[in-house]
Amino acid sequence: MNQQGVRWTAEQVLALAPDDASRRAGAKLGTAGPWSGGGSDGSGAVWGLCKGSGSKPYRTIVDTAGPAYSCSCPSRKFPCKHALGLLLLWSAGGEAVPDAGVPDWAEPWLAGRRARATGGRGPGADGGGPARSGDPEAARRRAEQRAARITAGAEELEQRLADLLRGGLAAADRSGYGLWEETAARMVDAQAPGLAGRVRDLGAIPGSGPGWPVRLLEECALTHLLDRAWLDIDRLPDPLAATVRTRVGLTASADGPAVRDHWSVLAQYDTPDGKLTTRRVWLHGRNSGRTALLLSFGAAGRAPALALPVGTVVDAEVRPYPGAGRLRGELGEQFSPPVPDTAHPPGGDVAGALAAYGTALREDPWLDAWPVTLTGVIPVPSPGGGWQLADADGGSALPVTAAALGGPGLWRLAAVSGGRPVTVFGECGHRGFTPLTAWSPETPETVPLT
Amino acid sequence: MTTTWEDLVTSALLGTDRRAPADDVLARSPGKDAPVALLDAAALHTVRRRAGLLPGPAAGLPEPAPHDGRPPLPDAARRRLAHLLADRSGTSSGGGRRGSAPDLTELLPQWLAAANAHDYRAPASVLPALLDAARARTDLRPAALVFAGPLGLWLARLNPEWRFALRGTPGGTALPEPADPDAVRRLWEEGLFAERVALLGAVRAHDPDAAAALLASTWPSERAEDRLMFLDSLRTGLSDADEPFLEEALSDRSRNVRSTAAELLSALPRSAFARRMAERASTCVHLDRTVAEATITVEAPHECDAGMQRDGVLPDPPTGRGERSWWLGQLVEAAPLAVWTARLGARTATEIVALPVADDWADELHAAWCRAAVRQRDPAWARALLGPPTTPPATGPGTSSLAERSKLLSILPDGERALWVADFIAAHGLSEAFQLLGVCEVPWAEPLGRAVVDALDIARDAGSYPWSFSGVMGLAERCLDPGQADRLEVLTAVPDEPEGASPGAGGYWSEAFQRLVATLRLRAAMRAELLPVASPPDPLD
Repeated sequence: MNQQGVRWTAEQVLALAPDDASRRAGAKLGTAGPWSGGGSDGSGAVWGLCKGSGSKPYRTIVDTAGPAYSCSCPSRKFPCKHALGLLLLWSAGGEAVPDAGVPDWAEPWLAGRRARATGGRGPGADGGGPARSGDPEAARRRAEQRAARITAGAEELEQRLADLLRGGLAAADRSGYGLWEETAARMVDAQAPGLAGRVRDLGAIPGSGPGWPVRLLEECALTHLLDRAWLDIDRLPDPLAATVRTRVGLTASADGPAVRDHWSVLAQYDTPDGKLTTRRVWLHGRNSGRTALLLSFGAAGRAPALALPVGTVVDAEVRPYPGAGRLRGELGEQFSPPVPDTAHPPGGDVAGALAAYGTALREDPWLDAWPVTLTGVIPVPSPGGGWQLADADGGSALPVTAAALGGPGLWRLAAVSGGRPVTVFGECGHRGFTPLTAWSPETPETVPLT
Repeated sequence: MTTTWEDLVTSALLGTDRRAPADDVLARSPGKDAPVALLDAAALHTVRRRAGLLPGPAAGLPEPAPHDGRPPLPDAARRRLAHLLADRSGTSSGGGRRGSAPDLTELLPQWLAAANAHDYRAPASVLPALLDAARARTDLRPAALVFAGPLGLWLARLNPEWRFALRGTPGGTALPEPADPDAVRRLWEEGLFAERVALLGAVRAHDPDAAAALLASTWPSERAEDRLMFLDSLRTGLSDADEPFLEEALSDRSRNVRSTAAELLSALPRSAFARRMAERASTCVHLDRTVAEATITVEAPHECDAGMQRDGVLPDPPTGRGERSWWLGQLVEAAPLAVWTARLGARTATEIVALPVADDWADELHAAWCRAAVRQRDPAWARALLGPPTTPPATGPGTSSLAERSKLLSILPDGERALWVADFIAAHGLSEAFQLLGVCEVPWAEPLGRAVVDALDIARDAGSYPWSFSGVMGLAERCLDPGQADRLEVLTAVPDEPEGASPGAGGYWSEAFQRLVATLRLRAAMRAELLPVASPPDPLD
């Protein structure tokens, strides 16, 4: 494999930045000026010395296969601006980061990582590992206690929903957000974070613009459905029961059989939610045809650890989690660093996309959207100010979700299309289609829209 | 009868106590309270509706963007552009100290100019960022719009924030063949203003007479501001053939149109207008041979008659200026410079500028000659009025205004201009050089580059802080020949602090020179990346 080919693009590097300030600071350092002693080896390690304000330069090392970062600077940002600058320099392919042997100062850290990578997967590769395996009897008792608390929470929530419907949703508009916050807190006490999250979302609906009563009734009904499913979980078939457990907020471990494949990285995007940033990475297995979702979380000020550049393919194992359509997976061993890839997954028309979402609801009625690839669609501005993705024959169209309107991604999509058919990967659901990545026959690029 | 979704919403909105759900809803959830039964039915409805969603009808498909036949950017250049655009938002937070890393935003204009010189097509995915950048910086617009091409224009039509692109340079609009009279006529009558200006330029380059006929055909019905812009566009390729039309425009309804026509005519020394002006101007300026040293005497006009006004002379001076000197200035400015050699004893421009002028008219007269030299693009006069670069600016002949000097400089050939500025800097340092450097051709010629670097080096040794020279430093980063980077490397070391230097200045200078060297290296890399790849490896194209 050509070394140059493995390098990431500037966009991919900048996507790693924990915040805008770091992105800017990193971009400033992404030039040869302050750097010396830089280099990279064939296996994804990049290093360099960055002159800072002190007398000794900072030692920056990045393992792009992870990716993982090490820097001698005191910054608490992660990755720090030096790591970002170094990666930008590397991505630009200049002579400041030539192919070279690993210098002595970078060797121990890299060797330590490699040793851990080969000697079994590192512990807690993706947050929240399973509970300590101790006394199985005690674990069973703890699980029962938690289930009982969740049951009590679900019953209380049922009661509140019934009261709400008895008094009317119109009253919910007046009672404001406080009521929902309090109910959400009760669900947190009941150790049912999934229910708590749904309740918080319910509280935001009355302020969400015209048509809110319809949306509120829909979401109340689905929350009710989840309550009922939990309360009768013993009578559900196993896969559905697993979905319900996941939806309620019980963490499961990725216990499915690992799937080794060449996984194309289709999309990566972050959703900040208060103190936590959630990063979603969509993969598509070239041979298995499976779509997998990797989740990674970052606390305030830190980018989520997992980063796979869009438009690359990686030979790796993915282990699926139970429930919820078995989309979510955990990244296992990687057998190669990510290499560029311009192929797009097979796709279909807009009717097929909605049908796929409908089918997925059979396994998980709480799904808001389902990953699909549309081929031969044209982005079209619709008269009401929104956008559509229309089949190239001009017959049918899907609306673009309100959340995706107005962002730079939509304009990139329009530009890449230029009024001609393109292939778009995204999430299709009852709110419409959220475009995430585009491919055009006119350019060899994979264009991220997030 | 089955309950519809609307019935359920109504019932939920008002509350089941006030509006009980229909019997069939209650019957389907036996033994449950009305609210629960309502929720059961609503859940069923919701999942059923979502599972059965069908696509809607498509709005009308857009007309596809016109094809752009330019070759795609090489990969490295594409990455570089994304990089330059990504840095765009960052520079405002820089504050006073600029650090040792190059300022990427400042390199964007250069990058665009180089990419346009290679005639590359902009990658579609960067167009939104490019248009945003051009929206924020008007100086980027012409080059950005040319680079964005027809796809950029197509995209700009969809987003009101990019409307500027439709007004500005018609980057890549498909103009008809200038030789196709029907198509030309149609676009001339129906096109957007920017398209019409571009069309006029294209036809003019192809066949000046046809262009004149085209313009005359609609001239009386054009709006005054459009007439002004059309007239202004004649500046390119102005020739004696334009005289009849301009002469006509001297009696236009709009005063601005009249004065622009007069200005253009004065750049045509063989025109009747120029002859009229020469006659008026030469009656005001005489050579007095009666004194020991030949001296110029000036007799400013006593009135601004109707003929002068028709020829664009403005009768009312701005406040603070005498009307007679105001009229004189306008006459001399519009008269062909060749008239003075004949009038003032067959002297050359240099000799004329050196002549003493009686009664303090020297400043007025020299300033008018400067304007005339700029208008008529006369290098001999420009050279004379600039004087030797080593003369201190305040004492020389001609003008001491830096703005006028840089205008005069821009008339000189590239090499001569660079040499003049280099000698000026060697003699007077950098403090007044900024404006003059701005008109020199990029990259700076070798002697000029050396003069600037030497002057910076001297400034450092003198112990001042580098930010006193940040304007020149910034220019040097953008304009020095990138090949100089290696030679400058030695300046990046932190020097020993000389006696009496500003504390810490050495470190800041080292940082500033580091940025200079890094920027030059970056520019060299940018230039190399834009070189066409020998064999296009792209199988999709």
